[in-house]
Amino acid sequence: MSIASTVPRHWQKPPLIKRAWLRWALGLGAVVYLAAAFGTTEVNWPRVWEGLPRGARFFAAFFPPDFSGHRDDIVNGILESLWMTVVSTAIGIAISVPVGIGAAKNVAPRPVYYFCRGILAVSRSFQEIILAIFFVKLFGFGPFAGVVTLSFATVGFYGKLLAEDIEDMDFSQAEAVRATGAGWLQWINYGIQPQVMPRMIGLGLYRFDINFRESAVIGIVGAGGIGATLDTAFSRYEFRSAAAILLVIIGIVMALEYSSGYIRRWVQ
Amino acid sequence: MLRIKGLTKRYRTGDLALKGLDLDVPDGEVMALIGPSGAGKSTVIRCINRLVEPTAGTVMLNDIEITTLGSRDLRRARRRMGMIFQEYALVERLTVMENVLSGRLGYVAFWQSFMRKFPQADIDEAFRLLARVGLDHMADKRADELSGGQRQRVGICRALIQNPDLLLVDEPTASLDPKTSRQIMRLIKELCGERKLSAIINIHDVMLAQMFAERIVGLQLGEIVYDGPPTGLSAEVLTKIYGEEDWSATIRKIDDDADAAAEAADNVIALDSRLPHRDRMAGLT
Repeated sequence: MSIASTVPRHWQKPPLIKRAWLRWALGLGAVVYLAAAFGTTEVNWPRVWEGLPRGARFFAAFFPPDFSGHRDDIVNGILESLWMTVVSTAIGIAISVPVGIGAAKNVAPRPVYYFCRGILAVSRSFQEIILAIFFVKLFGFGPFAGVVTLSFATVGFYGKLLAEDIEDMDFSQAEAVRATGAGWLQWINYGIQPQVMPRMIGLGLYRFDINFRESAVIGIVGAGGIGATLDTAFSRYEFRSAAAILLVIIGIVMALEYSSGYIRRWVQ
Repeated sequence: MLRIKGLTKRYRTGDLALKGLDLDVPDGEVMALIGPSGAGKSTVIRCINRLVEPTAGTVMLNDIEITTLGSRDLRRARRRMGMIFQEYALVERLTVMENVLSGRLGYVAFWQSFMRKFPQADIDEAFRLLARVGLDHMADKRADELSGGQRQRVGICRALIQNPDLLLVDEPTASLDPKTSRQIMRLIKELCGERKLSAIINIHDVMLAQMFAERIVGLQLGEIVYDGPPTGLSAEVLTKIYGEEDWSATIRKIDDDADAAAEAADNVIALDSRLPHRDRMAGLT
Protein backbone atom coordinates (compact mmCIF):
# COMPACT_ATOMS: atom_id res chain seq x y z
CA MET A 1 0.00 0.00 0.00
CA SER A 2 1.24 3.45 -0.78
CA ILE A 3 1.66 6.24 1.72
CA ALA A 4 -1.18 8.23 0.15
CA SER A 5 -3.74 5.68 1.22
CA THR A 6 -2.56 5.53 4.84
CA VAL A 7 -2.05 9.24 5.56
CA PRO A 8 -5.07 11.25 4.36
CA ARG A 9 -3.96 14.49 2.74
CA HIS A 10 -5.79 17.61 3.81
CA TRP A 11 -7.67 19.52 1.10
CA GLN A 12 -9.69 22.68 1.23
CA LYS A 13 -11.08 24.94 -1.50
CA PRO A 14 -8.53 27.74 -1.99
CA PRO A 15 -9.95 31.04 -0.67
CA LEU A 16 -10.94 33.74 -3.17
CA ILE A 17 -8.61 36.28 -1.51
CA LYS A 18 -5.30 34.70 -0.61
CA ARG A 19 -4.06 37.15 2.06
CA ALA A 20 -5.84 36.31 5.29
CA TRP A 21 -5.62 39.81 6.83
CA LEU A 22 -7.08 41.39 3.67
CA ARG A 23 -9.88 38.81 3.59
CA TRP A 24 -10.84 39.54 7.20
CA ALA A 25 -10.44 43.31 6.82
CA LEU A 26 -12.75 43.42 3.80
CA GLY A 27 -15.36 41.22 5.46
CA LEU A 28 -15.27 43.14 8.72
CA GLY A 29 -15.32 46.49 6.92
CA ALA A 30 -18.42 45.51 4.95
CA VAL A 31 -20.23 44.38 8.11
CA VAL A 32 -19.32 47.54 10.05
CA TYR A 33 -20.37 49.84 7.20
CA LEU A 34 -23.71 48.03 6.74
CA ALA A 35 -24.44 48.23 10.49
CA ALA A 36 -23.54 51.91 10.57
CA ALA A 37 -25.61 52.63 7.47
CA PHE A 38 -28.68 50.97 8.93
CA GLY A 39 -28.07 52.64 12.28
CA THR A 40 -27.98 56.13 10.81
CA THR A 41 -30.97 55.75 8.48
CA GLU A 42 -33.48 58.23 9.90
CA VAL A 43 -37.07 57.05 9.85
CA ASN A 44 -39.76 59.36 11.15
CA TRP A 45 -42.15 56.67 12.32
CA PRO A 46 -45.04 58.98 13.36
CA ARG A 47 -44.83 60.58 9.90
CA VAL A 48 -44.89 57.16 8.22
CA TRP A 49 -47.92 56.24 10.34
CA GLU A 50 -49.64 59.47 9.47
CA GLY A 51 -48.90 58.91 5.77
CA LEU A 52 -50.54 55.51 5.54
CA PRO A 53 -54.19 56.69 5.59
CA ARG A 54 -53.21 59.58 3.36
CA GLY A 55 -51.75 57.13 0.87
CA ALA A 56 -54.89 55.03 1.09
CA ARG A 57 -57.04 58.09 0.34
CA PHE A 58 -54.77 59.00 -2.56
CA PHE A 59 -55.02 55.48 -3.89
CA ALA A 60 -58.80 55.46 -3.44
CA ALA A 61 -59.03 58.63 -5.49
CA PHE A 62 -57.88 56.54 -8.48
CA PHE A 63 -61.09 54.55 -8.42
CA PRO A 64 -63.05 54.07 -10.47
CA PRO A 65 -60.67 54.90 -13.34
CA ASP A 66 -62.23 57.40 -15.71
CA PHE A 67 -61.58 56.46 -19.31
CA SER A 68 -64.22 58.70 -20.87
CA GLY A 69 -63.53 62.14 -19.35
CA HIS A 70 -60.43 62.88 -21.40
CA ARG A 71 -60.84 60.13 -23.93
CA ASP A 72 -59.44 62.10 -26.86
CA ASP A 73 -56.42 63.26 -24.85
CA ILE A 74 -55.68 59.71 -23.76
CA VAL A 75 -56.06 58.27 -27.27
CA ASN A 76 -53.92 61.03 -28.79
CA GLY A 77 -51.31 60.63 -26.07
CA ILE A 78 -51.08 56.88 -26.55
CA LEU A 79 -50.91 57.22 -30.33
CA GLU A 80 -48.19 59.84 -29.99
CA SER A 81 -46.25 57.60 -27.60
CA LEU A 82 -46.54 54.63 -29.94
CA TRP A 83 -45.44 56.78 -32.86
CA MET A 84 -42.47 58.07 -30.86
CA THR A 85 -41.59 54.52 -29.89
CA VAL A 86 -41.69 53.16 -33.45
CA VAL A 87 -39.74 56.05 -34.97
CA SER A 88 -37.11 56.26 -32.24
CA THR A 89 -36.55 52.50 -32.12
CA ALA A 90 -36.12 52.40 -35.90
CA ILE A 91 -33.76 55.39 -35.99
CA GLY A 92 -31.84 54.18 -32.95
CA ILE A 93 -31.29 50.68 -34.34
CA ALA A 94 -30.36 52.03 -37.78
CA ILE A 95 -27.65 54.16 -36.20
CA SER A 96 -26.47 51.53 -33.73
CA VAL A 97 -25.79 48.85 -36.36
CA PRO A 98 -22.76 50.61 -37.88
CA VAL A 99 -21.70 51.94 -34.49
CA GLY A 100 -22.05 48.50 -32.91
CA ILE A 101 -20.03 46.82 -35.68
CA GLY A 102 -17.39 49.50 -35.27
CA ALA A 103 -17.31 48.92 -31.53
CA ALA A 104 -16.62 45.19 -31.84
CA LYS A 105 -12.96 44.58 -31.09
CA ASN A 106 -12.61 41.53 -33.31
CA VAL A 107 -14.01 43.24 -36.42
CA ALA A 108 -13.05 46.92 -36.36
CA PRO A 109 -9.58 48.44 -36.67
CA ARG A 110 -8.31 50.03 -33.44
CA PRO A 111 -9.07 53.75 -34.18
CA VAL A 112 -12.62 52.95 -35.35
CA TYR A 113 -13.09 50.76 -32.29
CA TYR A 114 -12.14 53.52 -29.85
CA PHE A 115 -14.25 56.10 -31.69
CA CYS A 116 -17.38 53.90 -31.67
CA ARG A 117 -16.83 52.84 -28.06
CA GLY A 118 -16.67 56.55 -27.27
CA ILE A 119 -20.04 57.17 -28.91
CA LEU A 120 -21.54 54.31 -26.94
CA ALA A 121 -20.04 55.49 -23.67
CA VAL A 122 -21.43 59.01 -24.13
CA SER A 123 -24.83 57.67 -25.10
CA ARG A 124 -24.97 55.35 -22.12
CA SER A 125 -23.76 57.76 -19.49
CA PHE A 126 -26.95 59.85 -19.39
CA GLN A 127 -30.25 58.62 -18.11
CA GLU A 128 -33.24 59.25 -20.41
CA ILE A 129 -34.77 61.93 -18.16
CA ILE A 130 -31.58 63.98 -18.22
CA LEU A 131 -31.34 63.60 -22.00
CA ALA A 132 -34.99 64.58 -22.33
CA ILE A 133 -34.54 67.74 -20.24
CA PHE A 134 -31.55 68.64 -22.41
CA PHE A 135 -33.31 68.00 -25.72
CA VAL A 136 -36.48 69.80 -24.60
CA LYS A 137 -34.29 72.84 -23.88
CA LEU A 138 -32.68 72.36 -27.31
CA PHE A 139 -35.70 71.66 -29.52
CA GLY A 140 -38.60 72.95 -27.41
CA PHE A 141 -41.52 71.05 -25.91
CA GLY A 142 -43.08 68.25 -27.91
CA PRO A 143 -42.56 64.76 -29.23
CA PHE A 144 -39.57 65.64 -31.43
CA ALA A 145 -37.41 66.12 -28.35
CA GLY A 146 -38.75 62.77 -27.11
CA VAL A 147 -37.87 60.99 -30.35
CA VAL A 148 -34.33 62.38 -30.28
CA THR A 149 -33.98 61.35 -26.62
CA LEU A 150 -35.14 57.79 -27.18
CA SER A 151 -33.12 57.34 -30.38
CA PHE A 152 -30.00 58.54 -28.58
CA ALA A 153 -30.58 56.20 -25.67
CA THR A 154 -31.33 53.29 -28.04
CA VAL A 155 -27.95 53.71 -29.75
CA GLY A 156 -26.13 53.26 -26.46
CA PHE A 157 -28.14 50.23 -25.44
CA TYR A 158 -28.42 48.41 -28.75
CA GLY A 159 -24.98 49.33 -30.07
CA LYS A 160 -23.23 48.06 -26.97
CA LEU A 161 -25.13 44.77 -26.94
CA LEU A 162 -24.55 44.29 -30.67
CA ALA A 163 -20.83 44.92 -30.22
CA GLU A 164 -20.67 42.43 -27.39
CA ASP A 165 -22.60 39.84 -29.33
CA ILE A 166 -20.21 40.20 -32.27
CA GLU A 167 -17.26 39.86 -29.91
CA ASP A 168 -18.75 36.65 -28.52
CA MET A 169 -19.43 35.04 -31.89
CA ASP A 170 -17.71 31.93 -33.20
CA PHE A 171 -14.86 33.51 -35.14
CA SER A 172 -14.10 30.38 -37.18
CA GLN A 173 -17.42 30.73 -39.04
CA ALA A 174 -16.52 34.28 -40.01
CA GLU A 175 -12.99 33.20 -40.89
CA ALA A 176 -14.35 30.53 -43.23
CA VAL A 177 -16.43 33.12 -45.09
CA ARG A 178 -13.43 35.42 -45.38
CA ALA A 179 -11.34 32.56 -46.79
CA THR A 180 -13.68 32.30 -49.79
CA GLY A 181 -12.54 35.72 -51.01
CA ALA A 182 -15.68 37.52 -49.85
CA GLY A 183 -15.70 41.31 -49.68
CA TRP A 184 -16.12 43.13 -46.38
CA LEU A 185 -19.87 43.66 -46.65
CA GLN A 186 -20.36 40.08 -47.82
CA TRP A 187 -18.29 38.95 -44.87
CA ILE A 188 -20.53 40.86 -42.46
CA ASN A 189 -23.67 39.62 -44.21
CA TYR A 190 -22.69 35.93 -44.38
CA GLY A 191 -20.19 35.44 -41.60
CA ILE A 192 -21.48 37.64 -38.79
CA GLN A 193 -25.09 38.66 -39.33
CA PRO A 194 -26.52 35.11 -39.15
CA GLN A 195 -24.72 34.56 -35.86
CA VAL A 196 -26.05 37.67 -34.12
CA MET A 197 -29.44 38.11 -35.81
CA PRO A 198 -31.78 36.13 -33.53
CA ARG A 199 -30.49 37.80 -30.40
CA MET A 200 -30.58 41.22 -32.02
CA ILE A 201 -34.21 40.76 -33.08
CA GLY A 202 -35.05 39.86 -29.51
CA LEU A 203 -33.14 42.86 -28.17
CA GLY A 204 -34.81 45.14 -30.72
CA LEU A 205 -38.22 44.07 -29.39
CA TYR A 206 -37.01 44.51 -25.84
CA ARG A 207 -35.78 48.01 -26.66
CA PHE A 208 -39.17 48.78 -28.28
CA ASP A 209 -40.73 47.82 -24.99
CA ILE A 210 -38.33 50.02 -22.99
CA ASN A 211 -38.83 52.94 -25.36
CA PHE A 212 -42.59 52.80 -24.89
CA ARG A 213 -42.26 52.88 -21.11
CA GLU A 214 -39.67 55.64 -21.29
CA SER A 215 -41.92 57.65 -23.60
CA ALA A 216 -44.44 57.76 -20.76
CA VAL A 217 -41.79 59.06 -18.37
CA ILE A 218 -40.05 61.65 -20.52
CA GLY A 219 -43.43 63.22 -21.31
CA ILE A 220 -43.40 64.48 -17.74
CA VAL A 221 -40.47 66.77 -18.54
CA GLY A 222 -42.19 67.97 -21.69
CA ALA A 223 -41.01 65.57 -24.37
CA GLY A 224 -44.48 64.64 -25.65
CA GLY A 225 -46.39 61.38 -25.63
CA ILE A 226 -48.71 59.87 -23.04
CA GLY A 227 -46.43 61.15 -20.27
CA ALA A 228 -47.52 64.70 -21.01
CA THR A 229 -51.19 63.67 -20.71
CA LEU A 230 -50.43 61.84 -17.47
CA ASP A 231 -48.60 64.84 -16.05
CA THR A 232 -51.52 67.14 -16.92
CA ALA A 233 -54.00 64.77 -15.26
CA PHE A 234 -51.94 64.69 -12.06
CA SER A 235 -51.42 68.44 -11.92
CA ARG A 236 -55.17 68.97 -12.29
CA TYR A 237 -55.84 66.43 -9.51
CA GLU A 238 -57.80 64.31 -12.00
CA PHE A 239 -56.66 61.08 -10.41
CA ARG A 240 -59.33 58.94 -12.03
CA SER A 241 -58.14 59.99 -15.49
CA ALA A 242 -54.55 59.39 -14.38
CA ALA A 243 -55.57 55.90 -13.25
CA ALA A 244 -57.09 55.25 -16.66
CA ILE A 245 -53.86 56.35 -18.35
CA LEU A 246 -51.76 54.14 -16.07
CA LEU A 247 -53.99 51.15 -16.80
CA VAL A 248 -53.65 51.72 -20.54
CA ILE A 249 -49.86 51.92 -20.20
CA ILE A 250 -49.79 48.73 -18.14
CA GLY A 251 -52.02 47.00 -20.71
CA ILE A 252 -49.81 48.00 -23.63
CA VAL A 253 -46.59 47.06 -21.83
CA MET A 254 -48.04 43.64 -21.00
CA ALA A 255 -49.17 43.13 -24.59
CA LEU A 256 -45.68 44.08 -25.82
CA GLU A 257 -44.10 41.76 -23.26
CA TYR A 258 -46.14 38.76 -24.36
CA SER A 259 -45.79 39.39 -28.08
CA SER A 260 -42.05 40.02 -27.86
CA GLY A 261 -41.59 36.84 -25.84
CA TYR A 262 -43.50 34.95 -28.48
CA ILE A 263 -41.54 36.45 -31.37
CA ARG A 264 -38.23 35.82 -29.61
CA ARG A 265 -39.04 32.15 -29.18
CA TRP A 266 -40.03 32.01 -32.81
CA VAL A 267 -36.76 33.49 -34.17
CA GLN A 268 -34.60 31.18 -32.07
CA MET B 1 2.00 24.90 -58.44
CA LEU B 2 2.46 26.30 -54.96
CA ARG B 3 5.90 27.59 -54.01
CA ILE B 4 6.67 28.64 -50.47
CA LYS B 5 10.03 30.26 -49.80
CA GLY B 6 11.47 31.28 -46.47
CA LEU B 7 8.06 31.52 -44.85
CA THR B 8 8.43 32.95 -41.36
CA LYS B 9 5.78 33.86 -38.84
CA ARG B 10 6.37 35.54 -35.52
CA TYR B 11 3.20 36.16 -33.54
CA ARG B 12 2.71 39.35 -31.59
CA THR B 13 3.30 37.36 -28.42
CA GLY B 14 6.86 36.81 -29.68
CA ASP B 15 6.41 33.13 -30.51
CA LEU B 16 8.26 32.13 -33.64
CA ALA B 17 5.76 29.75 -35.24
CA LEU B 18 7.49 29.20 -38.58
CA LYS B 19 11.22 29.38 -39.18
CA GLY B 20 11.90 30.05 -42.84
CA LEU B 21 9.85 27.26 -44.37
CA ASP B 22 10.55 26.14 -47.96
CA LEU B 23 7.96 23.93 -49.61
CA ASP B 24 6.79 23.21 -53.16
CA VAL B 25 3.51 21.49 -53.89
CA PRO B 26 3.12 20.47 -57.56
CA ASP B 27 -0.29 20.51 -59.24
CA GLY B 28 -2.45 17.55 -58.37
CA GLU B 29 -0.46 16.43 -55.35
CA VAL B 30 -2.23 15.52 -52.12
CA MET B 31 0.16 16.31 -49.32
CA ALA B 32 -0.33 15.69 -45.63
CA LEU B 33 1.25 17.98 -43.10
CA ILE B 34 1.79 16.19 -39.80
CA GLY B 35 3.34 17.26 -36.56
CA PRO B 36 2.59 17.78 -32.89
CA SER B 37 0.23 20.49 -31.65
CA GLY B 38 1.91 23.83 -31.86
CA ALA B 39 4.29 22.78 -34.62
CA GLY B 40 2.85 25.46 -36.91
CA LYS B 41 0.64 23.36 -39.21
CA SER B 42 -2.35 25.71 -38.97
CA THR B 43 -0.09 28.72 -39.34
CA VAL B 44 1.35 27.34 -42.59
CA ILE B 45 -1.99 27.01 -44.34
CA ARG B 46 -3.31 30.28 -42.90
CA CYS B 47 -0.23 32.08 -44.17
CA ILE B 48 -0.90 30.71 -47.64
CA ASN B 49 -4.28 32.45 -47.94
CA ARG B 50 -3.19 35.15 -45.50
CA LEU B 51 -5.82 34.67 -42.88
CA VAL B 52 -2.61 35.03 -40.90
CA GLU B 53 -0.11 37.57 -42.23
CA PRO B 54 3.35 36.03 -42.65
CA THR B 55 6.23 37.97 -41.11
CA ALA B 56 8.64 37.16 -43.91
CA GLY B 57 9.00 34.93 -46.96
CA THR B 58 7.01 34.49 -50.15
CA VAL B 59 4.09 32.34 -51.23
CA MET B 60 3.53 31.93 -54.96
CA LEU B 61 0.46 30.24 -56.39
CA ASN B 62 0.68 29.77 -60.18
CA ASP B 63 3.13 32.66 -60.53
CA ILE B 64 1.06 35.07 -58.45
CA GLU B 65 2.92 36.25 -55.41
CA ILE B 66 0.27 36.20 -52.72
CA THR B 67 2.34 37.77 -49.97
CA THR B 68 2.45 41.22 -51.57
CA LEU B 69 -1.12 41.49 -52.86
CA GLY B 70 -3.35 44.41 -51.91
CA SER B 71 -6.69 43.61 -50.29
CA ARG B 72 -8.64 43.56 -53.55
CA ASP B 73 -6.17 41.28 -55.33
CA LEU B 74 -5.88 39.14 -52.22
CA ARG B 75 -9.63 38.50 -52.34
CA ARG B 76 -9.29 37.48 -55.97
CA ALA B 77 -6.41 35.16 -55.09
CA ARG B 78 -8.37 33.64 -52.21
CA ARG B 79 -11.03 32.51 -54.68
CA ARG B 80 -8.45 30.09 -56.08
CA MET B 81 -7.80 28.52 -52.68
CA GLY B 82 -10.54 26.48 -51.10
CA MET B 83 -10.28 25.96 -47.38
CA ILE B 84 -11.75 23.16 -45.29
CA PHE B 85 -11.81 23.62 -41.54
CA GLN B 86 -11.52 21.77 -38.31
CA GLU B 87 -14.99 21.68 -36.68
CA TYR B 88 -16.36 22.46 -40.18
CA ALA B 89 -16.79 26.24 -39.58
CA LEU B 90 -20.10 26.27 -41.42
CA VAL B 91 -22.23 29.31 -40.68
CA GLU B 92 -24.62 27.38 -38.48
CA ARG B 93 -27.71 29.50 -38.88
CA LEU B 94 -27.52 29.57 -42.67
CA THR B 95 -28.94 26.78 -44.78
CA VAL B 96 -26.79 24.13 -46.41
CA MET B 97 -27.34 25.84 -49.78
CA GLU B 98 -26.35 29.26 -48.46
CA ASN B 99 -23.22 27.76 -46.96
CA VAL B 100 -22.26 26.14 -50.24
CA LEU B 101 -23.05 29.28 -52.24
CA SER B 102 -20.96 31.35 -49.83
CA GLY B 103 -18.02 29.77 -51.67
CA ARG B 104 -19.03 31.95 -54.63
CA LEU B 105 -18.96 35.22 -52.66
CA GLY B 106 -15.69 36.24 -54.24
CA TYR B 107 -17.29 36.02 -57.69
CA VAL B 108 -20.61 37.86 -57.20
CA ALA B 109 -21.49 41.44 -56.35
CA PHE B 110 -22.63 42.35 -52.84
CA TRP B 111 -26.27 42.94 -53.80
CA GLN B 112 -26.50 39.60 -55.57
CA SER B 113 -25.24 37.81 -52.50
CA PHE B 114 -27.31 39.97 -50.13
CA MET B 115 -30.53 39.16 -52.01
CA ARG B 116 -29.38 35.52 -52.38
CA LYS B 117 -29.75 35.89 -56.17
CA PHE B 118 -26.80 33.83 -57.33
CA PRO B 119 -26.26 33.09 -61.04
CA GLN B 120 -28.09 29.95 -62.18
CA ALA B 121 -24.75 28.36 -63.11
CA ASP B 122 -23.63 28.67 -59.47
CA ILE B 123 -26.85 27.12 -58.22
CA ASP B 124 -26.52 24.26 -60.73
CA GLU B 125 -22.95 23.66 -59.62
CA ALA B 126 -23.98 23.77 -55.95
CA PHE B 127 -26.62 21.11 -56.52
CA ARG B 128 -24.16 19.04 -58.53
CA LEU B 129 -21.61 19.16 -55.72
CA LEU B 130 -24.19 18.42 -53.04
CA ALA B 131 -25.38 15.45 -55.08
CA ARG B 132 -21.78 14.31 -55.42
CA VAL B 133 -21.44 14.15 -51.63
CA GLY B 134 -24.97 12.80 -51.20
CA LEU B 135 -26.59 15.84 -49.62
CA ASP B 136 -28.65 17.49 -52.36
CA HIS B 137 -31.86 16.60 -50.56
CA MET B 138 -30.62 18.58 -47.55
CA ALA B 139 -30.17 21.89 -49.40
CA ASP B 140 -32.69 23.84 -47.34
CA LYS B 141 -31.80 22.35 -43.97
CA ARG B 142 -30.03 24.62 -41.55
CA ALA B 143 -26.36 23.70 -41.17
CA ASP B 144 -26.68 23.08 -37.44
CA GLU B 145 -29.21 20.31 -38.10
CA LEU B 146 -26.59 18.12 -39.79
CA SER B 147 -24.31 15.49 -38.28
CA GLY B 148 -20.56 16.05 -38.12
CA GLY B 149 -19.78 14.06 -41.25
CA GLN B 150 -22.55 15.75 -43.19
CA ARG B 151 -21.33 19.17 -42.10
CA GLN B 152 -17.81 18.44 -43.23
CA ARG B 153 -19.13 17.34 -46.63
CA VAL B 154 -20.95 20.67 -46.92
CA GLY B 155 -17.66 22.33 -45.99
CA ILE B 156 -15.99 20.43 -48.81
CA CYS B 157 -18.68 21.61 -51.25
CA ARG B 158 -18.17 25.20 -50.10
CA ALA B 159 -14.47 24.91 -50.84
CA LEU B 160 -14.92 23.18 -54.20
CA ILE B 161 -17.55 25.57 -55.58
CA GLN B 162 -14.85 28.25 -55.47
CA ASN B 163 -13.32 26.31 -58.36
CA PRO B 164 -9.96 26.36 -56.60
CA ASP B 165 -6.49 25.34 -57.78
CA LEU B 166 -5.49 24.38 -54.28
CA LEU B 167 -7.26 22.99 -51.24
CA LEU B 168 -6.10 24.04 -47.79
CA VAL B 169 -7.43 21.51 -45.33
CA ASP B 170 -7.08 22.11 -41.59
CA GLU B 171 -7.63 19.04 -39.41
CA PRO B 172 -10.68 17.84 -41.38
CA THR B 173 -11.26 14.82 -39.16
CA ALA B 174 -10.47 16.26 -35.74
CA SER B 175 -14.03 15.97 -34.44
CA LEU B 176 -15.22 12.96 -36.43
CA ASP B 177 -15.43 9.31 -35.50
CA PRO B 178 -12.87 6.95 -37.10
CA LYS B 179 -15.18 5.66 -39.80
CA THR B 180 -16.48 9.07 -40.83
CA SER B 181 -12.91 10.36 -40.75
CA ARG B 182 -11.91 7.81 -43.34
CA GLN B 183 -14.91 8.60 -45.50
CA ILE B 184 -14.11 12.30 -45.41
CA MET B 185 -10.44 11.74 -46.21
CA ARG B 186 -11.35 9.37 -49.02
CA LEU B 187 -13.80 11.90 -50.40
CA ILE B 188 -11.20 14.67 -50.34
CA LYS B 189 -8.71 12.41 -52.09
CA GLU B 190 -11.22 11.32 -54.72
CA LEU B 191 -12.33 14.87 -55.42
CA CYS B 192 -8.73 16.04 -55.73
CA GLY B 193 -8.17 13.25 -58.24
CA GLU B 194 -11.27 14.12 -60.24
CA ARG B 195 -10.39 17.80 -60.42
CA LYS B 196 -6.59 17.54 -60.56
CA LEU B 197 -6.44 19.61 -57.40
CA SER B 198 -3.48 19.85 -55.13
CA ALA B 199 -4.13 19.82 -51.42
CA ILE B 200 -2.33 20.48 -48.20
CA ILE B 201 -3.97 18.52 -45.42
CA ASN B 202 -3.07 19.24 -41.80
CA ILE B 203 -3.77 16.13 -39.85
CA HIS B 204 -3.07 14.73 -36.43
CA ASP B 205 -3.79 11.14 -37.30
CA VAL B 206 -0.61 9.66 -38.74
CA MET B 207 -2.35 6.54 -39.98
CA LEU B 208 -4.96 8.50 -41.90
CA ALA B 209 -2.23 10.64 -43.39
CA GLN B 210 -0.38 7.55 -44.60
CA MET B 211 -3.54 6.02 -46.02
CA PHE B 212 -4.67 8.97 -48.07
CA ALA B 213 -1.72 11.20 -48.90
CA GLU B 214 0.90 10.76 -51.60
CA ARG B 215 3.44 12.79 -49.72
CA ILE B 216 4.02 13.47 -46.07
CA VAL B 217 5.69 16.53 -44.62
CA GLY B 218 6.54 16.43 -40.94
CA LEU B 219 6.70 19.73 -39.11
CA GLN B 220 8.31 20.26 -35.75
CA LEU B 221 8.63 23.62 -34.00
CA GLY B 222 8.17 25.50 -37.27
CA GLU B 223 10.68 23.50 -39.29
CA ILE B 224 10.34 20.67 -41.77
CA VAL B 225 11.95 17.54 -40.35
CA TYR B 226 10.57 15.02 -42.85
CA ASP B 227 9.51 15.29 -46.47
CA GLY B 228 8.87 12.08 -48.34
CA PRO B 229 6.54 9.23 -49.20
CA PRO B 230 4.19 7.70 -46.60
CA THR B 231 6.22 4.52 -46.60
CA GLY B 232 9.24 6.41 -45.30
CA LEU B 233 7.69 7.05 -41.91
CA SER B 234 9.84 4.89 -39.72
CA ALA B 235 10.03 4.87 -35.94
CA GLU B 236 13.07 7.17 -36.12
CA VAL B 237 11.24 9.64 -38.33
CA LEU B 238 8.19 9.69 -36.09
CA THR B 239 10.41 10.21 -33.08
CA LYS B 240 12.05 13.13 -34.86
CA ILE B 241 8.64 14.69 -35.53
CA TYR B 242 6.79 13.96 -32.33
CA GLY B 243 9.41 12.95 -29.80
CA GLU B 244 10.28 9.71 -28.06
CA GLU B 245 7.45 7.18 -27.96
CA ASP B 246 6.84 3.55 -28.73
CA TRP B 247 5.79 3.78 -32.38
CA SER B 248 5.62 0.07 -33.15
CA ALA B 249 1.82 -0.04 -32.93
CA THR B 250 1.41 2.90 -35.29
CA ILE B 251 3.83 1.49 -37.82
CA ARG B 252 2.61 -2.09 -37.74
CA LYS B 253 -1.02 -1.09 -38.18
CA ILE B 254 -0.21 0.99 -41.21
CA ASP B 255 0.20 -2.05 -43.46
CA ASP B 256 -3.01 -3.75 -42.34
CA ASP B 257 -4.90 -0.51 -42.64
CA ALA B 258 -3.52 0.29 -46.03
CA ASP B 259 -4.72 -3.08 -47.28
CA ALA B 260 -8.10 -2.62 -45.67
CA ALA B 261 -8.37 0.86 -47.14
CA ALA B 262 -7.52 -0.36 -50.62
CA GLU B 263 -10.14 -3.05 -50.26
CA ALA B 264 -12.73 -0.58 -49.02
CA ALA B 265 -11.96 1.76 -51.87
CA ASP B 266 -12.45 -1.08 -54.32
CA ASN B 267 -15.82 -1.87 -52.79
CA VAL B 268 -16.90 1.72 -53.04
CA ILE B 269 -15.94 1.94 -56.67
CA ALA B 270 -17.77 -1.29 -57.40
CA LEU B 271 -20.87 0.00 -55.64
CA ASP B 272 -20.48 3.27 -57.40
CA SER B 273 -21.16 1.86 -60.84
CA ARG B 274 -24.50 0.48 -59.74
CA LEU B 275 -25.87 3.16 -57.43
CA PRO B 276 -26.26 6.90 -57.70
CA HIS B 277 -23.88 8.78 -55.41
CA ARG B 278 -26.55 9.99 -53.08
CA ASP B 279 -27.63 6.53 -52.08
CA ARG B 280 -24.06 5.51 -51.65
CA MET B 281 -23.20 8.39 -49.34
CA ALA B 282 -26.55 8.52 -47.58
CA GLY B 283 -26.02 4.96 -46.49
CA LEU B 284 -22.75 5.98 -44.91
CA THR B 285 -24.15 8.66 -42.66
